[in-house]
Amino acid sequence: MTAFWILAPIMVIAALGILVVRRAVHAALLLAVVMLSLSVLYLAADAPFLFAVQIIVYTGAILMLFLFVLMLVGVDASDSVVETIRGQRVIAAIGGLALGVLLLLGLTQLSLGPAVGLDGANEGGNIQGLANVIFSRYVFAFEATSALIITAAVGAMVLAHRERLTPKKSQADLAAERLREYAETGRHLGPLPPPGTYARHNAVDTPALLPDGTPSELSVSRVLAARGTVRNAPDLADDIEQINATLEPGASAPAQEDA
Amino acid sequence: MNDMTQAYVGLSSILFTIGAVGVLVRRNAIVVFMCVELMLNASNLALVAFARQHGNLEGQVAAFFVMVVAAAEVVVGLAIIMTIFRSRRSASVDDASLLKY
Repeated sequence: MTAFWILAPIMVIAALGILVVRRAVHAALLLAVVMLSLSVLYLAADAPFLFAVQIIVYTGAILMLFLFVLMLVGVDASDSVVETIRGQRVIAAIGGLALGVLLLLGLTQLSLGPAVGLDGANEGGNIQGLANVIFSRYVFAFEATSALIITAAVGAMVLAHRERLTPKKSQADLAAERLREYAETGRHLGPLPPPGTYARHNAVDTPALLPDGTPSELSVSRVLAARGTVRNAPDLADDIEQINATLEPGASAPAQEDA
Repeated sequence: MNDMTQAYVGLSSILFTIGAVGVLVRRNAIVVFMCVELMLNASNLALVAFARQHGNLEGQVAAFFVMVVAAAEVVVGLAIIMTIFRSRRSASVDDASLLKY
């Protein structure tokens, strides 16, 4: 029971975190905390096979799939906070609270009697016992799940596959398109400016400074801009006059030597 | 012994409630899907606890089947979300309302 009382608060806090975090990646990581804690609880409840399956299938396969899709969808696809149905959140919270109170009140009034425990059923080993049950009584359900998994795999391939409707653009097509854009809109022909050009720092999150001192939006990755981690280039150069003063030929010694 | 089953089932009902609220509140389709997974996990916990209470393995077998079905469901569900995202550039459940009217 010690494991339960340690893990239960962690799980509840992590699950509540899923409700409030803005970014989907954080929600996935909190879900991983809940699932790993659940696997430990399975171990404490005499279910070593489910402990392994929980880690391999849920944490290993399903959560990885979630993260993979999040990677494809992009990090800037975070939740909007605008309510489209008025009062939806309040009603959902009240309804959820009612459901939780109902479940907990009903379950605390339950008297279950002493637990039998799984020592008898697990006598020949938990996996052997489960195999006996699955391959005798539930063998038909087991076969049905294999059909379900094959159908799901085929379905995922059908949904994810996309027929190419237009021919692939060659390098010559791309060059012609770029030149046409330059003729029509005056868009710069060359490559995008790298980050940090003319700035005081060459990190990827520092935008390049144009010759007139304005930061160039094109020089930082769109993903960094979506995350909001782009550094303000002019801020890095706020001491530029001081440095210029020390570099001038007739200037006195640098300020730090004065002190 | 008895209080262990009760505590497990209590925790399972709390997690189930949180998952249900999450499905109602969140907009990002992927996070909604995660909350569905949380509800499935909560029910699994109750199944495992009751298997221990009754002393046979049927509850664990049921939890195993829930996991298998959840895996199949996630594969298809995420593929659908990907397809919707490709055509609409958005993973919000509010945007996919073409069949509404």
